[in-house]
Amino acid sequence: MIAIPAAVDVSALKDTTLLNMGIFALFVAVTMVIVFRASRNNKTAADYYAAGRSFTGSQNGTAIAGDYLSAASFLGITGAIAINGYDGFMYSIGFLVAWLVALLLVAELLRNTGKFTMADVLSFRLKQRPVRIAAAISTLAVCFFYLLAQMAGAGSLISLLLGISDWGGQALVIIVVGALMIMYVLIGGMKGTTWVQIIKAMLLIAGAAVMTFWVMAIYGFNISALLGGAVETAKNPAVLNPGLQYGKSDTSKLDFMSLGLALVLGTAALPHVLMRFYTVPTAKEARKSVVWSIWLIGIFYLFTLVLGYGAAALVGADTIKGAPGGVNSAAPLLAFHLGGPLLLGFISAVAFATILAVVAGLTITAAASFAHDIYANVIAKGNADAATEVRVARRTVVVIGILAILGGIFANGQNVAFLVALAFAVAASANLPTIIYSLFWRKFTTQGAVWSMYGGLASAILLIVFSPVVSGAKTSMIPGANFALFPLSNPGIVSIPLAFLLGWLGTTLDKRREDPAKQAEMEVRSLTGIGAEKAVDH
Amino acid sequence: MGNEAHTPDAAASVDFEQVQSTGQFQELRRRHRSFVFPMAVAFLLWYFAYVLLADYAVDFMSTKVWGNINVGLVLGLLQFVSTFAITGWYVHYSNRKLDPIATEIRHEIEGHEFDKNGHRVGGANK
Repeated sequence: MIAIPAAVDVSALKDTTLLNMGIFALFVAVTMVIVFRASRNNKTAADYYAAGRSFTGSQNGTAIAGDYLSAASFLGITGAIAINGYDGFMYSIGFLVAWLVALLLVAELLRNTGKFTMADVLSFRLKQRPVRIAAAISTLAVCFFYLLAQMAGAGSLISLLLGISDWGGQALVIIVVGALMIMYVLIGGMKGTTWVQIIKAMLLIAGAAVMTFWVMAIYGFNISALLGGAVETAKNPAVLNPGLQYGKSDTSKLDFMSLGLALVLGTAALPHVLMRFYTVPTAKEARKSVVWSIWLIGIFYLFTLVLGYGAAALVGADTIKGAPGGVNSAAPLLAFHLGGPLLLGFISAVAFATILAVVAGLTITAAASFAHDIYANVIAKGNADAATEVRVARRTVVVIGILAILGGIFANGQNVAFLVALAFAVAASANLPTIIYSLFWRKFTTQGAVWSMYGGLASAILLIVFSPVVSGAKTSMIPGANFALFPLSNPGIVSIPLAFLLGWLGTTLDKRREDPAKQAEMEVRSLTGIGAEKAVDH
Repeated sequence: MGNEAHTPDAAASVDFEQVQSTGQFQELRRRHRSFVFPMAVAFLLWYFAYVLLADYAVDFMSTKVWGNINVGLVLGLLQFVSTFAITGWYVHYSNRKLDPIATEIRHEIEGHEFDKNGHRVGGANK
């Protein structure tokens, strides 16, 4: 057995601030150089939004992992397992299994039918304007929720890592993170963003692997001994069993089901994940990238199991909850416990990089959706030239960046994993039914798509507003008020079936029929890949 | 109004309804759907069975199997295993059963076998 370092002294973290900042600055400097180099060939819209479709399957798969493994995955899941034991592990499973929906039903067909955005596919054989507008609105809504989560994560991470605990100081750091993100996306476009995500994914997985190996070495590579250690520190054998967090009442059990549903159906409907499939030259590469990312993401989530129970055993739930940053501080505190200031510095830099990369991916998706779907196809009615469209996209990046900074300052202190789960629920409700129907149901019509998208989006958001998340509980955003009419904190179990039902109902009641030629074209294109845009040569 | 989702390309003059009605394409669609639909239903049932067990059968999930490892952890890890297995299976299936026939249809379309009006369109091929 390796000697176990002394207990974690949270106050000692302040001494490492300079080191943390130094490592982070190094990461920013290196990625900036790469982004500059990558951006030299950004000429067309396909370059800016889809990186010239020039990435290989394995590169894109790594970037997808970088896009997907957000602060919620790393900090949130590790913290959830450290505090709530087994119930935290459920996040890992839902987040991973969800990829099968993307692999089997969505990724390749979508790559074959679209060009830049999710709306390209959804409006392919339906009426352009109404479907495109609806798809763009839901894209912007999902991205906004996801952005809030990441910026809130940045806030709580900073309070721990840089020892900045006052509100103004944290706001300043959120502004710096936001400004950096705007620069990456403005200069680098999709290519620069993709490289940042690839580098970050490799650093994150390597960092987690080192910590996992270290924790396992302490327990003689015996998982049972690690679990025993977690029970011993927590003085509660229930950390190994389901139900610690969600088993309290019938309502909380239902909430758990709702969360499970949103997690497994959300991934394949996340616009920033879908957009990544356009950065590869063929559907076969899209398939390869999903396979690659399933392996990377799966292995990473196995690491989080060890890290979560490792933090529970070596740091202890009470120390984690008491630290600045709370639940989200489990992984950094474990790093400090294992490798002292240097490992903490590395892990914190990686965590910052994670937030930066995910935020950049979300921003470019939202900007592409606004410029391509709303500006070029609706406002300019398809008459905008590519240069104007990219100019609009760049301006949108700045606007979204500022909104994210403001949102992040106000969402600071909110639970990160929860906000991400909401983004999943909104995506699964607003987008997934229409994606599935338009790919597989011949009779699906415009009215069905519009009802399903607006119905899913509105019901998901309304149920969140009237849930205990916003009011009526101590942990609510507005703890003083109580208008929580809906008892569950995740709306998925209601809004997802409702959106599927509305899509079916809207189609059945629609007197209009869609053009069968368009349906034939979409089906042939989606399955054979004929006419799909190929890589841009430079 | 044309569709902005794609630019004029090799497929611009293709009669897609004709392609759709060919036996070859029907076979491709059948092969695709007969794999992905049952598989999607299977993994979703297995996932929700697992979530329900974790939610409502806590005692069963807490049964110790070996040392501190309980049924819940084993089933959770099996979710990882099944995800990796289905991924591998799908890739194997696509490579053998879907890609060859899709490529064949694509070549026929690019060879202008399905052009509208029967006349060949030159120079559109990439």
